[in-house]
Amino acid sequence: MSQTVFAPWNDPDEKPLIQFRNVTKRFGDFIAIDNLTQDIYAKEFFALLGPSGCGKTTMMRMLAGFEAPTKGQIFIAGQDMARIPPNKRAVNMMFQSYALFPHLSVWDNIAFGLKREGKDKDAIAARVDEMLRLTRLSKFAKRKPHQISGGQRQRVALARSLAKAPKLLLLDEPLGALDKKLRQDTQFELMDIQEKTGTTFVIVTHDQEEAMTVASRVAVMDEGQIIQVATPAQIYEAPNSVYVADFIGDVNIISGRAKPNGEKVAIHWAEGQPDIIGTTATKFEAGQEIHFAIRPEKVAISTEEPADAANKTKGKVLDIAYLGNISTYHVELPTGHVVKAQTANTRRLSRRVITWEDPVWVSWTDTAGVLLER
Amino acid sequence: MRRFILIAVPYLWLVALFLIPFVIVLKISLSDVALARPPYMPQLDFAAGWSGLVSFFAELDFDNFWFLTTDDLYWKAYLSSLQIALVSTVLTLIVGYPIAYAMARAAPEWRPTLLMLVILPFWTSFLIRVYAWMGILANEGLLNQFLLWLGVINTPLTILNTNTAVYIGIVYTYLPFMILPIYSALERMDDSLLEAAEDLGCSRLSAFWLVTIPLSKNGIIAGCFLVFIPVIGEFVIPSLLGGSGTLMIGKVLWEEFFSNRDWPVASAVAVILLLILVIPIILFQRNEQKQREAEG
Ligand SMILES: Nc1ncnc2c1ncn2[C@@H]1O[C@H](COP(=O)(O)OP(=O)(O)OP(=O)(O)O)[C@@H](O)[C@H]1O
Ligand SMILES: [Mg+2]
Repeated sequence: MSQTVFAPWNDPDEKPLIQFRNVTKRFGDFIAIDNLTQDIYAKEFFALLGPSGCGKTTMMRMLAGFEAPTKGQIFIAGQDMARIPPNKRAVNMMFQSYALFPHLSVWDNIAFGLKREGKDKDAIAARVDEMLRLTRLSKFAKRKPHQISGGQRQRVALARSLAKAPKLLLLDEPLGALDKKLRQDTQFELMDIQEKTGTTFVIVTHDQEEAMTVASRVAVMDEGQIIQVATPAQIYEAPNSVYVADFIGDVNIISGRAKPNGEKVAIHWAEGQPDIIGTTATKFEAGQEIHFAIRPEKVAISTEEPADAANKTKGKVLDIAYLGNISTYHVELPTGHVVKAQTANTRRLSRRVITWEDPVWVSWTDTAGVLLER
Repeated sequence: MRRFILIAVPYLWLVALFLIPFVIVLKISLSDVALARPPYMPQLDFAAGWSGLVSFFAELDFDNFWFLTTDDLYWKAYLSSLQIALVSTVLTLIVGYPIAYAMARAAPEWRPTLLMLVILPFWTSFLIRVYAWMGILANEGLLNQFLLWLGVINTPLTILNTNTAVYIGIVYTYLPFMILPIYSALERMDDSLLEAAEDLGCSRLSAFWLVTIPLSKNGIIAGCFLVFIPVIGEFVIPSLLGGSGTLMIGKVLWEEFFSNRDWPVASAVAVILLLILVIPIILFQRNEQKQREAEG
């Protein structure tokens, strides 16, 4: 039997765990969340991505019960949350500022929620020790929060929110202060926890790579609205707008006028340059403004003119960014556009054939990029 | 050298204003009462040289301290002072904590104003404010007139010249000393801690007990000491608002000094009072120290 893909959002019979219904949140005149409607399903790992101040924390706080929507409703497991206080919600939140209790030791911080449940002492101790091991804090159990490092504090906050094994866990930038190695380990740990416990995670992150690694779906936000929600692969390969394409990863954007031609669309983008040929499922009107987005790794760079590429143009190497495993070439076209092309560094540096000021060809196939209306 | 001077200045200050007066009081407490001016013996006579000094020290003794144990007035006064100080500290805490809490929770733009209102009474004379309380609490005073007018009572309440009036006066006078340290502790507290507590299953009330109170603990301790220590030796409030039944060591001291003109006994009373106060003062310093360490 083939393994079924986890995609409850495609199943019309599936009931969402969280439902935002036309939720608006205002602070005075300022609109922090703007008429937002979104479903999140049980066992999802839902990542919120967006620039600072776009409303990610506000969404979390409404789920946890610290802010009430100005308009609209939020349902968790089918229940309207309007009158449910934070302590009556099966939701735990890890705060962006950690909010560790300064008067309690690391151990007591983690035990805090468990004690409120009235569990017996041994069960609490076992659970706290388990959390300490998981976050590698066993050595620091007796210390106070001001006696440990920033990264350690972040792990205490994480451990504290995990301890109660809630149905829904809200993580507001949970791993920002950790070094890369520990962050990756913790990411896999989180995914492991998620798999084992079936907890639903909503996570805010500024790290795209993190969102890509852990998330079942990624929501890209801007100014209180969700611009696109999709799986990490879809978000990356098929962004719905220039904003999303630009926000996630590196991208070349070329704007022009559309010339539809059956399955294909030709884009007239500069005088004296051949039109860019792309493939799309959406209908474009002739002469409509259109944006062509292509990832640097899908642009080939060569010193010889490529024989059979759908799109090719000549330019001059402006800059080279060497990143170890890959190099990014910034190629300036005669029109003034700069196109980024990425290649894997399979050869040693000294034998690199292309260098600054070299005349080069950049090329890509007709399916490599996406065509966007906005 | 520069460092030495920097340290020396405050020490000279302490020696001049605390140590020397204390030594003088101690010396008087070891002397004997006399009909003279000043009213005690012996006097230090520098002209007599070394032998004068020897005979001077030979005449000092602990008779006055011994005398304090023979009359139960004194230890009763000490105990009563401690009791009044303790009760009024608790009362001040009960009244002061909610005020400090409300101030810390008020909108930030209101806080300086509220702080100002707490400090404002200090701008008028303490004596005048205590006299004002006499006017309020007297049998024909404002409070009784108001209550009679409301019809809550038929005969005036006797408040003035009782311990109740003393408690009212103390709580009123020392309230700012309780409010300010608690307010400063509460104001520093991060609101997200309460949210975290609620998130982890606390009700508002239990979050208050488990987070707010422990985090304002140092402020509470500081406030209690700032009230307790001076109230033990309080003299003006019990003598103006209290009655004949109000026994406080400050009053006893005053009577020994001015009515009986027995400076040596009065000084002995003061020395004992100081010894009693040393314990809470050391505890208070410890608390401050601990707080600084926790912050640093
Ligand atoms: N209590 C508040 N009063 C007024 N404005 C607020 C309040 N809380 C948040 N805002 C505003 O709402 C907007 C969204 O805030 P939010 O904290 O949700 O941003 P965010 O997406 O989490 O940003 P970051 O990535 O920097 O954490 C911000 O512009 C912020 O200034
Ligand atoms: Mg935030």
